[in-house]
Amino acid sequence: MTQPGETGAALDGNAMAGDLREIFAVDVTAARYMCAGCTHTDAVATLMVWQHSPGLVARCPHCSDVVLRVVRAPDRVYLDLRGSVRLEVPLEGS
Amino acid sequence: MGIISRGFGGRRRESVPGLPPGQYLTHDFPVLSAGPTPRIPLDRWRFTVTTETGDKTSWNWTEFQALPAEDVTVDIHCVTKWSKLGSTWRGVSLDTLLADVESAADYTMVHSFGGYTTNVPMEDLLDGKAWVAYKFDGEDLEPEHGGPARLLIPHLYFWKSAKWVNGIQLMPEDEPGFWEAAGYHMYGDPWREQRYQGD
Repeated sequence: MTQPGETGAALDGNAMAGDLREIFAVDVTAARYMCAGCTHTDAVATLMVWQHSPGLVARCPHCSDVVLRVVRAPDRVYLDLRGSVRLEVPLEGS
Repeated sequence: MGIISRGFGGRRRESVPGLPPGQYLTHDFPVLSAGPTPRIPLDRWRFTVTTETGDKTSWNWTEFQALPAEDVTVDIHCVTKWSKLGSTWRGVSLDTLLADVESAADYTMVHSFGGYTTNVPMEDLLDGKAWVAYKFDGEDLEPEHGGPARLLIPHLYFWKSAKWVNGIQLMPEDEPGFWEAAGYHMYGDPWREQRYQGD
């Protein structure tokens, strides 16, 4: 597994905070994902993010499968969540 | 004052022959990657063509190296807007790899070690338009650039030139690969700026 710091390697999920905030009204990096590959669950902020790429690619730190992808076009953003079984979003005030 | 600079020093992209719209020239070779770089020992390398009926034709590294190779000089264009002109490669033409494969498929899915995929129409692989390349600039292709071998299909955006390629699945219908499923264009012609779906 390539580790953060190597060429083209991963950041953590906080690197997606700005992009995801444009799509969701909540800070999704605090939500919990469940990986479709291995059912590992943890905060989105713990995903391994590759950003030297045509989009953001966030992989499960447990099995390295792709959990979500973000592609930015000039006038729109694509969010591909097929690698996530679900997102668990904490509600404010609860 | 109302003095309007004419922008001396600005890029005159239209003045560079061979540069598609929206691209800029680079002389280095940026590394883009959607995941960890796989390190594939040559004794475990294998390239497999699978037809729409499930028939397989494959080559190990020794068999692949014995195939006739070509030296090509081509321009490459990344969807992130850099272009590199006159890059030199050595590889095996897809015309050679597909010569004895019986198929009526119009589409293909290119597969890589590490799980990457990208879709390419069959006609874009044939007639001297695509290679499985294993040397760049006279040297063995480095893992960061897709070594031991990558697809080279220079007339499409470079995400179609899959790094660490290990096979091609022939398909009757078009299907999206890794980036195409996430919003990028199904075909990816740099001269028509087909970057995203709907372009």
